[in-house]
Amino acid sequence: MEPKTKVHAEDNKQEIVITREFDLPLELLFKAYEDPKIVAQWMGTNVLKLENKKHGSWQFETTDEQGTVVFRANGTIHDFNVNKNITRTFEMENSPFTTQLEFLEFEKLTDETSKLTMHIIFKSVAYRDQLLKMPFAQGINMAHNRLQEIVNKLK
Amino acid sequence: MELRRDVFQAIADPTRRAIISLVAVHAMTPTAIAGNFDSSRQTVSKHIQILTECQILKQKQNGREIYYHLNPQKIKEIADFIEPFRKLWDDRFNKLEEIMKNYPTKNKE
Repeated sequence: MEPKTKVHAEDNKQEIVITREFDLPLELLFKAYEDPKIVAQWMGTNVLKLENKKHGSWQFETTDEQGTVVFRANGTIHDFNVNKNITRTFEMENSPFTTQLEFLEFEKLTDETSKLTMHIIFKSVAYRDQLLKMPFAQGINMAHNRLQEIVNKLK
Repeated sequence: MELRRDVFQAIADPTRRAIISLVAVHAMTPTAIAGNFDSSRQTVSKHIQILTECQILKQKQNGREIYYHLNPQKIKEIADFIEPFRKLWDDRFNKLEEIMKNYPTKNKE
């Protein structure tokens, strides 16, 4: 079976394209990006700010069980058209990465299915490759955190 | 001692990628590999050396000749390099889908 989420990263290009088809009507898919409460749920982060409008800005923050900030990101929204597209910047705070530009396109496939295309542009090929390799480390951390949570519940 | 090379830098070069696909078919001698390129034997040797240093190619002595073949373990490492990133987004999107599938029913109540 073909994977639902595809990542297209061509050699020597400073961009990636992530595509995903959802078993969701377009309106619901877009709502998951629009409603801060829902964003918080599926991104697994606190949404401090999400101004869905041109010149608006957003800020996400993830804390661990002790309340220490482990991840903070922010950006500016350049375009926000309901059920169509979002253009925004993304900057991870306190990281070696610079700001990236994201074009999100939402498409209706059928009444019950929709598609998201996320086109991300990086400062350089090197930055892109570095970011692509990052989940190796992140994944290990996440698994570790989850393990810790389970262990804590057993106590 | 040569600097330890990044495997992803190694495959960023088109000639080196061509060498990988050649050797993927069957083990080859450096002469046979060089025969497939217009570049000088020296240039090709340099590329082979880099691929060997980052363990994509492995040497095997067969009589007088040295044969190069692929190191499948290393190749898997390269193929898998986008996979964790893809998985990260796939997990997020699966969660999004699950949450939103329950969304309308919650509103109807």
